[in-house]
Amino acid sequence: MKQPELIPHLFRTEFRKITAVLCKLFGIAHIEIAEDIASETFLRAIETWPYKGIPENPTAWLYTVAKNKAKNYIRRDQVFTGKIASQIKHTLSGIEEIEIDLSEQNITDSQLQMLFTICHPSISTEAQIGLALRILCGFGIDEIANALLTNKETINKRLFRAKDKLRTEKVKIEFPGAAEINKRLETVLTTLYLLFNEGYYSESRDTVLREDLCLEAMRLTYLLAENEHTSKPVVYALLSLMCFQSSRFEARKNANGEMILYQDQDETLWDQELISKGMYFLNISAQGDKISKYHLEASIAYWHTIKEDTHEKWENILQLFNQLLQIEYSPIAALNRTYALSKANGKAAAIIEAEKLGLTDNHFYFTLLGELYKGIDDDKARKNFQKALSLAKTQTDKQTIQKKIDIL
Amino acid sequence: MKEFILIFRHEDGHKVASPEQIQIWMKQTMDWVGGIAAQNKFVEGNGLPFDDSRVVWHNNVVTNGPFGDIKETIGGYIIVKANSVDEAVEFAKGSPVLQGDGNSVEVRQIAQRDSIH
Repeated sequence: MKQPELIPHLFRTEFRKITAVLCKLFGIAHIEIAEDIASETFLRAIETWPYKGIPENPTAWLYTVAKNKAKNYIRRDQVFTGKIASQIKHTLSGIEEIEIDLSEQNITDSQLQMLFTICHPSISTEAQIGLALRILCGFGIDEIANALLTNKETINKRLFRAKDKLRTEKVKIEFPGAAEINKRLETVLTTLYLLFNEGYYSESRDTVLREDLCLEAMRLTYLLAENEHTSKPVVYALLSLMCFQSSRFEARKNANGEMILYQDQDETLWDQELISKGMYFLNISAQGDKISKYHLEASIAYWHTIKEDTHEKWENILQLFNQLLQIEYSPIAALNRTYALSKANGKAAAIIEAEKLGLTDNHFYFTLLGELYKGIDDDKARKNFQKALSLAKTQTDKQTIQKKIDIL
Repeated sequence: MKEFILIFRHEDGHKVASPEQIQIWMKQTMDWVGGIAAQNKFVEGNGLPFDDSRVVWHNNVVTNGPFGDIKETIGGYIIVKANSVDEAVEFAKGSPVLQGDGNSVEVRQIAQRDSIH
């Protein structure tokens, strides 16, 4: 890798590791110091490497600089020393003895513990996602703003408030105790699920960035799956879901960035390796005795990896949606369930059910009604598509609906 | 919004129908419940297996099965959200249990925390 690409690449992979380890060492109250030291470390690399050449082991170089900066910081700042050094182990043996452990094991543990800290119930989900992107994924503020379709100022404010909250709540950076872990894990999984969905469903035109979001969500979920504290069936279920969804990443958009609907996708573009990983993880997830929404969604996603329309496929999808809705209602699940119903039990039955949903502010609702009436009452189909068109907000959605009207 | 329990009364399906027929009822029941859940009106529900059922009477007399003189007994329930008993009754009308002559779905309001006497 050449120098211009090397630093951004290392920034993405190493910034988050250094930040997590230092933050774990200093405590959540000093999260900004950890970020600053990590940033300064990279600044030093940018200043030095072009003149002196890239060190033989760039990562080790970064870790050494980060360690020295951290030690200097502790030594220099008396206030900090007074307040913080007492919290750090080995203080008695002197600052030189402070161990800044950038081993793989400690990096992973620190990242996972930070994940639990960031996904603390005291801060909002959107703040959790922002912090996770910044601290655990090493995204720049620009990138976060772009990915979440907002501006830098909003993200900065959101992150500032969230850090402040974690500080005042004195949230510890640690694995929750055995009694608490399932409950806390639930919040963590929700955040990772939403992080993935941000990438998967984002309207952002930056495909690389969107894919990065999905990959980061998968990476963090994989860390959970690999760790003895958090290796639970529900984690594998979420991981499986992410694999199945990502397998269609390439097939979902055409060259112009327009959405290609599932039934029109070229299945040769589906990533078979991710599909088999998804099946592998789904099997592991079946070892528990509790069915989570991730289990059900992963199973639904599994059936979607079979392109052929069979009655068995849609009957299974229908029953999975029936169960999913009993665990957790969402309008999109209700609409997808009704679509599956039309495939399994016929359009007539589905129309009756669809009319009961009453999701009259949702353009997908009218798109579904349009689809169901197509071929039965084309006039009603057209009226529903037109209603959908008037409610659709994004260009992509409008294009999709207009196409449906045109071919009616 | 109020909550209503819909209590199904019917004969033990295993005594009156083939496994295939029971499969069909199962699917109809799941689709029916799924339809209620798709309207965000489902709270909870469960089937009550007929095997291993007992009735404990006055003076701790225990008998097998609740059945006594009537063939139809409680086979399950679901709890739904509804604005009125009439809306809950509309849900009940869709229950596959009602395909059997003599079967019934009893609709009862769940006492709210603040209205328990």
